[in-house]
Amino acid sequence: MSAVLETCGLTKTFGGLTAVDDVSFTLAKAELLALIGPNGAGKSTCFNMLMGQLAPSAGEVLLAGAPITGLSPRQIWRKGVGRTFQITATYSSMTVIENVQMALLSHHGEVFRFLTFAHRMHREEALALLDMVGMAEQADRHCAVLAYGDLKRMELAIALAHEPQLLLMDEPTAGMAPRERIALMELTAKIVADRGVSVLFTEHDMDVVFAHAHRIMVLNRGALIAEGSAAEIRGNPLVQEVYLGGGTVFGAEETAHA
Amino acid sequence: MEFFVAQILTGLANASSLFLVACGLSLIFGVTRIVNFAHGSLYMLGAYTGYTFMQVLPGAVGFWTAILLAGLTVGLIGMLVEMLVLRPVYRAPELFQLVATFGVILVVQDLTLMIWGPEDLLGPRAPGLRGVYRIMGEPIPKYDIVLLILTPFVALALWYLIARTRVGVLVRAATQDREMVGALGVNQAWLFTGVFALGSALAGLGGALQLPKGGADLLMDFTILAPIFVVVVIGGMGSLPGAYLAAILISVLNVFGVTYLPQSTLVLMYVVMVVVLMIRPYGLLGREEVAGEHGQVGEPETPIKPASGPVRLMVIAGLAVLALVPVFGSTFAQVLLTDIVIFCLFAASLHFLLGLGGLVSFGHAAYYGGGAYIAALMVKHAGSPMEAAFLLAPLGAGLAALAIGWVCLRLTGVYFAMLTLAFAQLIWSLVFQWGEVTGGDDGIVNIWPADWLNGTTIYYYFALALSVGGIIVLRHVAHSPFGYALRAARDSARQAEATGIDTRRVQLVAFGFAGMMGGVAGGLFVFSKGSVFPNELEIVRSFDALIVVFLGGVKTLAGGVAGGAFFKGIEDLLTRFEYWRLVMGLLIIFVVIVAPEGIVGSLRKAASRLGILKTAEQT
Repeated sequence: MSAVLETCGLTKTFGGLTAVDDVSFTLAKAELLALIGPNGAGKSTCFNMLMGQLAPSAGEVLLAGAPITGLSPRQIWRKGVGRTFQITATYSSMTVIENVQMALLSHHGEVFRFLTFAHRMHREEALALLDMVGMAEQADRHCAVLAYGDLKRMELAIALAHEPQLLLMDEPTAGMAPRERIALMELTAKIVADRGVSVLFTEHDMDVVFAHAHRIMVLNRGALIAEGSAAEIRGNPLVQEVYLGGGTVFGAEETAHA
Repeated sequence: MEFFVAQILTGLANASSLFLVACGLSLIFGVTRIVNFAHGSLYMLGAYTGYTFMQVLPGAVGFWTAILLAGLTVGLIGMLVEMLVLRPVYRAPELFQLVATFGVILVVQDLTLMIWGPEDLLGPRAPGLRGVYRIMGEPIPKYDIVLLILTPFVALALWYLIARTRVGVLVRAATQDREMVGALGVNQAWLFTGVFALGSALAGLGGALQLPKGGADLLMDFTILAPIFVVVVIGGMGSLPGAYLAAILISVLNVFGVTYLPQSTLVLMYVVMVVVLMIRPYGLLGREEVAGEHGQVGEPETPIKPASGPVRLMVIAGLAVLALVPVFGSTFAQVLLTDIVIFCLFAASLHFLLGLGGLVSFGHAAYYGGGAYIAALMVKHAGSPMEAAFLLAPLGAGLAALAIGWVCLRLTGVYFAMLTLAFAQLIWSLVFQWGEVTGGDDGIVNIWPADWLNGTTIYYYFALALSVGGIIVLRHVAHSPFGYALRAARDSARQAEATGIDTRRVQLVAFGFAGMMGGVAGGLFVFSKGSVFPNELEIVRSFDALIVVFLGGVKTLAGGVAGGAFFKGIEDLLTRFEYWRLVMGLLIIFVVIVAPEGIVGSLRKAASRLGILKTAEQT
């Protein structure tokens, strides 16, 4: 069967700068794929192209074999792609469950209904989603008073509302306490296992990446430089050079001293 | 050709005072992000104080000294206003300061009336500059030539101040990133005060300088307000060269308009503004605003719930009392209450946009007055029965709102607000100047309801039923999926778009819906009064609604209605006194400073503190 997500030669240039350079990869069903790389490697640009926030300069994005290149975020969402944000984006004037209900209303095409009470619609479904991320008991709290980790979990529930086949998570654990990070990734891994969702995520926390990702891709200066299992990536000299430095700075110092 | 040159010279001369006032406004906005509606009042004060100084100081030296002194005095007044009124509310939600500046307008109006009296003052001619110069055979007043030469120098001086001095560096830095400037150890409070004083001084100078051309009167604060906003917005908010360019553009255009299309001078100005903003949304020389998700500064709004049983009972009891008013109340009470419920519907329709949608429309009167005019025009020109005219009012207003919203929603924040204002003013100027159809300033009279509704009591019930019905519909929609989507688009457009909600479409429909409800209020209004005049479309009317929504409480569902009822009631009481504006202005400033959550918000807070009202979250 075809991959859930496939990119061919994805490229983005800003003026003279090539932020993402000829990136091609595939994501299989129920796979948890990590995209890592140092700051400025092009992870976010890559993500924004997948989600439709940015149009690629060249290349193609295929969702289950069908091209989605250049579609708007809304259209891509409708095709079964969910996403979570690096900095949470939530409806701060609503309760937790209403945040999820809103996504469900949109999913069921009920946004332009004027007569029914929104807070009574799809409540069961929303509760089930919240239960899955362990937020059911907080369903009726005002989401503005939640802890950041809880907001992230709520956002995950929102992203799962339309039963996506693919979930894109942009630094899912950014800004969280270490214990929360592990819990969130365990939850994500469990959802991948239970529901067969494919997940592509970017991450800076290597513990999170190595503990849960099925496969890891490394991006540097816009290009994919390595791909493989946790052990392979850990042992890859090129990756070590990118993350720990290739000795250019200290090497140069030594030469200068000598 | 000669005539052409003379026209352009006159235009340039007119631009000078406009530029001075507008660049003061632009400066203030650029640094403090305050949309200072009181700027026209400062201009008026400049003219009046300048007049007084000129009476005292003799000769040419006295004349020019008086102008400078007027600038200085108004600068000091501006400083006072900033310190007393604006400083306490910098932390209040965005655009809340605007309401405070409106309070200042009212206060200044009455103080001016007290000090200088109601008569228009004829400006003294500039000594030694009484005659005309002949340029290519065309007479140009000498004073115009002086102004024309003077303005570039003032502009240059300002440019030097902004571009070449340390103060200027701070001001420019603050226009770009206030927080950073604060973090670098600059005392922001004094920087703001200083800029506000400078901007005010410029307004004062502008007011005093135009004395020989226009004199001083009590209406000049609002007369200048619209043009200076047009200039600032066309030029790009915060840009001084932009303001200069736009002032010249508008003034020259105006002079030619007077010659060739005398009925359309006002319309022309707003058409130019709309066209410029559609092509360059941030003005000719303005920079793009990076709009973050900061529509809701301050505490986030609490989740809304449909009214509980006891609240519903209270509302029903209140309605029962209102329904019984004709039994025990006077005719006057019925007329007053008719006014109040209509105004409440108007305010509630704006609140729907402002509160739920976070869409600050400065031109909501367009739909209220528009609805009223549509009904009146139908009756007058098409001879249509009242019922048909009444149905067309909301329909037409809703369609107009859809069209205007479609254009305006491409912008956000202050620029959105300004564009809505421009459209409202465009409609106002059309009605004002297209005398043959709309009756112009004389309005349209003799628009009475159908026979079955003709009578104070029956119309009272009609207005009550439709207004309360409209308010209930607005409230109900707030709880519907659509209302939720509108709040979602306000809270986080990013998330809403990422979950398949077409935020612009949602906002557009909301704009049309709110416009339609405003149209219902307008239709009710015209048949209750039997007439309609252009002032129902004026900025002042839009501000009325904005103020009651802000003061009632933007972040509470009942804010619009409560504010509307409270202030319309208070206004009726106050207008019996001579200086009611002063009291009203002070009251507005007081509420803004003491209760920035608005009436409903503050009551709710007090109630939950006392334990009467249970909040979902007792933290």
